[in-house]
Amino acid sequence: MRNKKHISAVEIRKFGAGANLFFNIFLAVFALSCVLPFFFIIILSLTKESDITLYGYQFWPKHFVLSSYSYLAKMGHQVIVSFGVSVFVTVVGTLMNSLFSSTYAYAISRSDFLYARFFTIFALISMLFVPGMVPTYLVVTQMLHLQDNIWALILPMSFGVYNVLIMRTFFKTSIPEAIIDSARIDGAGELRIFRSIVIPLAIPGVATISLFSALGYWNDWMNALLYTNSDNVTPLQYLLVKIANNIQYMAQQMSSGGSAAMAGANLPTEGMRFAVVVVATLPIALTYPFFQKYFVKGMTIGGVKG
Amino acid sequence: MTQDVVVGETAPRPKKKTNFFQRLWANRIFLLLVAPGTIFLIVFFYIPVLANVVAFQNFQYSDQGFLYSLFHSPWVGFQNFEFFFKSADFWIVLRNTVGYNMIFLLMNFFFAIFFGIVMSQLRNARLLKVYQTSMLFPYFLSWAILAYFVYAFLSTDKGILNQLIQAMGGKPIDFYNTPAVWPFILIFLGVWKGIGYNSILYFATAMGIDPSYYDAAMMDGASKWQQIKNVTLPHILPVAVLMLILNIGGIFRSDFGLFYLIPRGSGTLINVTQTFDTYIYRALTTTNDIGMSTAAGLMQSVIGAMLIVVSNWVVRHVEPESALF
Repeated sequence: MRNKKHISAVEIRKFGAGANLFFNIFLAVFALSCVLPFFFIIILSLTKESDITLYGYQFWPKHFVLSSYSYLAKMGHQVIVSFGVSVFVTVVGTLMNSLFSSTYAYAISRSDFLYARFFTIFALISMLFVPGMVPTYLVVTQMLHLQDNIWALILPMSFGVYNVLIMRTFFKTSIPEAIIDSARIDGAGELRIFRSIVIPLAIPGVATISLFSALGYWNDWMNALLYTNSDNVTPLQYLLVKIANNIQYMAQQMSSGGSAAMAGANLPTEGMRFAVVVVATLPIALTYPFFQKYFVKGMTIGGVKG
Repeated sequence: MTQDVVVGETAPRPKKKTNFFQRLWANRIFLLLVAPGTIFLIVFFYIPVLANVVAFQNFQYSDQGFLYSLFHSPWVGFQNFEFFFKSADFWIVLRNTVGYNMIFLLMNFFFAIFFGIVMSQLRNARLLKVYQTSMLFPYFLSWAILAYFVYAFLSTDKGILNQLIQAMGGKPIDFYNTPAVWPFILIFLGVWKGIGYNSILYFATAMGIDPSYYDAAMMDGASKWQQIKNVTLPHILPVAVLMLILNIGGIFRSDFGLFYLIPRGSGTLINVTQTFDTYIYRALTTTNDIGMSTAAGLMQSVIGAMLIVVSNWVVRHVEPESALF
């Protein structure tokens, strides 16, 4: 009985048949505009170079070829280096960020930490004021001397106050003090409590902030733009920035990384650039359907005030 | 000792005198847990905030270390600020940053509500999932990638748009050298990238409305439009106004990637694409003017912080529950 009422109640707030069809078409077109460019890039990476020169970028080219990818595999030394840099930065950075943010959040969420209030405010102040690009640049390059160092891509994002807030809310709502109290009565010390009770319970929350942080690291090109020149520490995203404005850069990279004999050959530079875009996007596109729901969940927890 | 800490919060504090170091020792595990974050905040927040004093200096590198140069560079008062305010760039940068942000604020406000309500009213749950998933996709991509998407459409000789224009008998447009179209392109892209994300909040709010309100409205013979106007919108508006006020704090900040990468560094577009953040970056890298670029950034941060405090004050009076602090 109750169930039936519920179903009809849900129906009530929906569009009528005509409006429903209209808005379905509207949303479908808009949704298509959000994914179509990516498929377009894939097609371009598979287009024969001469087709691009002759007819421009086309949704349905005359010749589909894999040459862009085979050239990348053969001569794309820089792409492999950059891919490695991106993976390293993302993995190490995400581990650091989620570890540091959640330990900080746990400590300030506990009411028996004498300095909880001090450290909460200590972190929250940083949300009010932005230190600015130039002072941060000076600290990283002049004080820490991290110019052209891979840690310049990791350290500036290795802790997140927003992640702390998400985790603090998470700890407060999902790990009742009663559990902790009873563990203490059983004789467990703080460290033991943290290790065997808090960490296992915190995993869903940690998964959410790891996701935010992994996306942040994978998509970051700004730190590389500011702090690196060397090709050895160029992540994929920054490689994309470099080759966007300078089509010659690609050819230079290829000739210095690959064999000299190939250097003069007619490289599919256009197609190869799009192939690099595909390589940089694919990890997100492939994992996206799985992490999307965690992301939405994390966003709604994060909406809780500090 | 540990016993004291346990009861400390609920029971009245024990009269037994503990000195500062004993209290630190009693909290050692917690202090250990906050240590990495604290070091991060000192190095990447508090020291850079202090380093903003270079805005009042003629900063000179010295080989005795950064802090030494920070304390021993000659002071020049407000000279760097004056230099920035008097430059022709200042008004352009101010107009662009604030102008684009105002438009983003209003457009996001309108479209996010619109999409949120439309999605909440859709009958096909499965299709809705597909739409939502697709719409969130650009949000997860960097501007470095999206710049290629945009270029594939706008390129003068190869872009899809110019192929269309030519197919219809028009002359190709050199988009990357036509400033007039860029406000529209940038605004479209900014809203388009964020809409999937921004509409989630309103979608969730609309889904949370008690169906009996709609029931009652239907009894009174309200049409769909009247139901949306009189039931859905009044529920969503408080949340939306709140978001609007909170976002005002960011009105002096711009999305660096959108304004720096999407125009592909085209010099002819600089008047319509230069914002505070791109200006500061270019001042730092091309003229290496540390004092002036810091001054511009400091001004941006101070106004931003003031706006956050003011808007938070407003929120606290309108809806205390939602205030940030």
